[in-house]
Amino acid sequence: MQLQQMYQEIILDHYKNPHRRGLREPFDAESFQVNPTCGDEVTLRVKVSGDTVEDVSYEGQGCSISQASTSVLTDLVVGGSVDKALSTMDAFIELMQGRGQVEPDEDVLEDGIAFAGVAKYPARVKCALLGWMAFKDAVAKSGGSTEGAS
Amino acid sequence: MTDGLDVAALRADFPILGRTVRDGKRLVYLDSGATSQRPRQVLDAEREFLEQHNAAVHRGAHQLAEEADEAYEGARSRLAEFVGVDAGELVFTKNATEGINLVAYALGNAATAGPEAHRFVVGEGDEIVVTEMEHHANLVPWQELCKRTGAKLRWFGVTDDGRLDLSNLDDLVTERTKVVAITQQSNVVGTVNPVARIAARGREVGALSIADSCQSVPHSKVDLRSLGVDFAVFSGHKMLGPSGVGVLYGRRELLETMPPFLTGGSMIESVFMDHTTFAAPPQRFEAGSPMSSQAVGLGAAVDYLSVVGMDRVAEHEHSLTEAALRGLAEIPGVRVIGPTEAVDRGGAVSFVIDGIHPHDAGQVLDDEGIAVRVGHHCAWPLHRRFGVPATVRASFYLYNDLDDVASLLDGIRTAQKFFRVG
Repeated sequence: MQLQQMYQEIILDHYKNPHRRGLREPFDAESFQVNPTCGDEVTLRVKVSGDTVEDVSYEGQGCSISQASTSVLTDLVVGGSVDKALSTMDAFIELMQGRGQVEPDEDVLEDGIAFAGVAKYPARVKCALLGWMAFKDAVAKSGGSTEGAS
Repeated sequence: MTDGLDVAALRADFPILGRTVRDGKRLVYLDSGATSQRPRQVLDAEREFLEQHNAAVHRGAHQLAEEADEAYEGARSRLAEFVGVDAGELVFTKNATEGINLVAYALGNAATAGPEAHRFVVGEGDEIVVTEMEHHANLVPWQELCKRTGAKLRWFGVTDDGRLDLSNLDDLVTERTKVVAITQQSNVVGTVNPVARIAARGREVGALSIADSCQSVPHSKVDLRSLGVDFAVFSGHKMLGPSGVGVLYGRRELLETMPPFLTGGSMIESVFMDHTTFAAPPQRFEAGSPMSSQAVGLGAAVDYLSVVGMDRVAEHEHSLTEAALRGLAEIPGVRVIGPTEAVDRGGAVSFVIDGIHPHDAGQVLDDEGIAVRVGHHCAWPLHRRFGVPATVRASFYLYNDLDDVASLLDGIRTAQKFFRVG
C-alpha cells in the first residue's frame, strides 16, 4: 500500500486543520488559480511590507493535496523575505517535478517534505502546486520579483 | 455470469483486463465512459489492414488503394447499419467533438455559402437551445457560434434528481430556435433524455436537432432514424474502437445542402484557380487524408458488439447499474448525483463521499486497482448545478461484472476508513 507514502500524516493534519485559511485585508495582490482538469480552485492574497511577506491568506476548494500544500506554503513564506519565499518555491517545485527522484531538504521545505510521495503521482503534482502558482502570481502582481522562479 | 452475458469469455478478448496495477492488484476498469478498452478482434483488424491493405484512401487506382477504399467504406456501411441510417449519411471525423464543431462551423459558414444553404443561416434573433447537462463538447461550440453570429444561447435546466426539466419545452423551443443540441445520455449522471420528444418539438418549429450520442450508441440499440434527429455524433473509442475516429450522422437532405467546414483535398468536385465546387456528401465533409486503420478498427468494433447484441449489452449494464445504485445507497455518507433508480438511466454513476474530496477518493480506489474518473468530467455547469466541485464517476461496460461493483463498494469503504470518515 503506497497510499501512506502519499498521504503523510502531516498532509492530512494540514488538510483537516489548515493554517491561515480565510481571506484577509489588507492585501497587496490577489490571484485566482484553477485546475481546469478537475475544477480545484484557490484564491490567494499576499501582503508584502518592504521585503517581507507579511501575510498570505486564501480560500479555495479542492483535494487534500492542494489544500494542505497551500497551508504549508503559508508556514514557509509568512514572516520571511520575498526572495527567500521565491527560492523556497523553487525548491518545492523542483521536488514536485522530480518524479520522486529529488531528495528534499527539510531545512528549506519543513512540512513541505511530506509532499515527496505526491511527486510519484504525475496526475497529482498539479494539485500540490496550485496554491504555489497563486502565490507566484500574486507576488508578481504585488511588485515583488519572481525572477528565478520556474 | 449475469443475465446471459458470459462476461468471463468476453473478458478473455480484452488483453488489458488481464494485467495488474499498483503492485499486483487486479485491474477493475470502471472508466469506460471516458474510453473503453479494445478487444483483440479490433486490434487484429487494424493490424491486418496495415499489414495487408494499407494505402491512402480515395486517392489511388492500384490494388492496395482499391482494398483500402473497400475497407474504409465497408466500415462506414457497417456503422450505418448499426445505427439504422444510410452509409452516405455518416461522416468520419477525428472525434465526436469535431463532429459537433463541423455542424456549428458549417452553420456559421452558411451566410456566405449561396442560396441552397439558406436554411442553415444563423444570425441575430435566432436562438440555440442546449441543456445544463451537456458535455463541454456540446456546449462550447454553440457558445462560440452564438458569439460569431449574434444568436442567443438558451438551455433546459436540470431537476434535483438529475432529469431534464422539460416543463418549459414549448417556451424554450420556438420559431426563433435554430438548433436544439442535446445529449442522448448524460456522461455524468447517466440520465437517458427524451431526445425523440425534443427533436419532434424542434421539427414543429423548424429547428435543427443534434444529439450527442457518445454515451448511448456504445451501450444500447440506437436507431437514429426513428429517434428523429437531424444530426448525431458518437466516438469510436467509447465503443470498443480506436481513438482518432468519430462519426457524424446527418440526414441526407441536410448534408446535401450544408456548406463544408474543413476544405482542401478529397472534398472537392472541381478546382479552378479562382473557385471550387464541392463533392457530394459524405466526402464533402472529409477533407484531407482520412484516418483509415481507425475506421477499419471501428468497423470491427461494430461487428463485435453486433455479435454480442446491443440489447444484451444494455440489459447487462442495467443490472450492474442497479447493483451499484443499491450498494451505494447502503453506504452512509455517500450521495449519488443524478437518478438513484435505474430507470431511463445508463451505466454512468457519479457520487460524492462526505468528508473526502473526489480526487482523494479516486486515489484510494486507484491504490486498490480500481480505475474511476474524478473531476467534473467535462460537464462543469452540471456540477455547479448540484453545488459540487467534482464527483467520482464509475462507468460500466459489457466486460464489467458484479465483482467489479463489489470492488468499487469495498474501495469506497476503504477510502472512508483511510480518511477516518463515515
